[in-house]
Amino acid sequence: MSDFTDLTLGAIRDGVAAGDFTAVEVAGAFNAAVAGAQDALNAFIVTTPEAALAAAQKVDADRAAGKPLGKLAGVPLGIKDLFATKGVQTTAASKILEGFIPPYESTVTQKLWDAGAGSLGKLNLDQFAMGSSNESSAFGATISPWRRKGDTAALTPGGSSGGSSAAVAARIAPAATGTDTGGSIRQPAAFTGISGIKPTYGRCSRWGIVAYASSLDQAGAMAHTVKDCAILLEAMAGFDPKDATSLDLPVPEWAAALSGDLRGKKVGIPREYRLDGLNADVQRAWDDGITWLKDAGAEVVEISLPHTQYALAAYYIIAPAEASSNLARYDGVRYGLRDLPDGAGLQDMYAATRAAGFGDEVKRRILIGTYVLSAGFYDAYYTKAQKVRTLISQDFAKAFEQVDVILAPTAPTPAFALGEKSNPLDLYLGDVFSVPASLAGLPAMNVPAGLSGDGLPLGLQIIGKPFDEQGVLNAGLAIEARAQFTAKPEKWW
Amino acid sequence: MSVDTATVARIASLARIKVSAADLDAMVPELNGILAFVEQLGEVDTAGVEPMTAVIPNTLRLRADVVNADPLTGGGIRDAVLANAPAPEHGFFGVPKVIE
Repeated sequence: MSDFTDLTLGAIRDGVAAGDFTAVEVAGAFNAAVAGAQDALNAFIVTTPEAALAAAQKVDADRAAGKPLGKLAGVPLGIKDLFATKGVQTTAASKILEGFIPPYESTVTQKLWDAGAGSLGKLNLDQFAMGSSNESSAFGATISPWRRKGDTAALTPGGSSGGSSAAVAARIAPAATGTDTGGSIRQPAAFTGISGIKPTYGRCSRWGIVAYASSLDQAGAMAHTVKDCAILLEAMAGFDPKDATSLDLPVPEWAAALSGDLRGKKVGIPREYRLDGLNADVQRAWDDGITWLKDAGAEVVEISLPHTQYALAAYYIIAPAEASSNLARYDGVRYGLRDLPDGAGLQDMYAATRAAGFGDEVKRRILIGTYVLSAGFYDAYYTKAQKVRTLISQDFAKAFEQVDVILAPTAPTPAFALGEKSNPLDLYLGDVFSVPASLAGLPAMNVPAGLSGDGLPLGLQIIGKPFDEQGVLNAGLAIEARAQFTAKPEKWW
Repeated sequence: MSVDTATVARIASLARIKVSAADLDAMVPELNGILAFVEQLGEVDTAGVEPMTAVIPNTLRLRADVVNADPLTGGGIRDAVLANAPAPEHGFFGVPKVIE
């Protein structure tokens, strides 16, 4: 086997189990790929080649001893640096957590290690997952491995899980964890031509994931194929008593039940997502998706989600409000950065620490959140937004009386260049297609659909009913089989 | 609704973030841009609509009423709790003097 880095997660696991190659060989290949790409792509904040190797050695030893192997045995993974990892720096890409070494392991990552996976390192992201371009990382943005045809401009890998998307697309990790608050798995997956799924809110434990907006935050899987996403998500999901919003439900065997046969299924096309002046490449991919799902046997019908246009405004009240509350914990007392000016008292220390430690976008969202929660404005902004959120959720519930899944674009454009969008509001508008499903807590995924005229990946989004990850994955598989997306970034790093 | 420099200064103080006068001036139009954008929610008729409290219906659970039911979140781990503190002192979190 000359190039392990081109293998899918499933092929690595099966090959290790069959003895076609060893887990150590695989870990070595990916460790080398990570090291070779780090300077150019900046996908990782910390690399942990020794951890990847140690996990692989244990898998090889277990196999030699005839012990049963886990669901992810021999698979090295990239971990978004929002998951607390015991003994390994966890920063949320913020200066305020630089040097923070968690004394515990997040529930999701512990499940991955228990399943036999190893860690390649901690992946870059937008600071505290606030952003959709990776540019708010305190450690510099991740550079997408993709470039426009005939152009060397540095593009965004999307965000906030941009280190994850770049690493998988560049074949320096076979799969990675992500988290999605308003599109942070789906949009970067779309920008880099990979698959990514955000499950129903509550499927994956939030325990040990640095909190941004707790009513929206949900971990998920990013990988090359729909099947790989299913395998990885199975290992990540499951009830956790340490998370009050964790769903006490069995984890279905999504990978084993995958079927791209959509006969008898109905797919909804939301008319409100047909924006005036929608990017022509994105529109074409959406039309292709409709053709493919029909070809798979589905009936395609138009549906209405009447409150769609208000989703972004509701999101940019609710998420900052929760963020301002969650991020109150960074005070320079218990962990992380402390800035104590000469002669400063406790209050001055708080203010100086938070000024020095938080990036501009994080400060902006904390201030917006503080404002909308402040006395006199709470009802006008926060309560109003939560009412609109109820209406958005009801829109979906009504639509799902009629259809099984919804097909829409993931993002309104292909990847843009770093530095191209300097106004925060311009960046927020890029979340237009991903935020509604987040507000409703629904499972949703991105599947690659084709390339733009500039040669950049385009993604399609499938949104499903609560708890119906299977329906989402199946529709994803039907698209994947027909899109035949084999393009990969030309190696320039 | 829009904010002025004094209001942004007050919010920053509530949020315990020190902001220089120059940064304050830069933030005013940024925040007003965002506030103007979210203003559109006023168009939505929400009469009789309950605000969302749980996106996926779930019930709150009680854990067993025993000490250290889960050792990961239980007690007796002072050193681990203090391990990342910027200024631990005598087994406590150290802070600047708060009593004159």
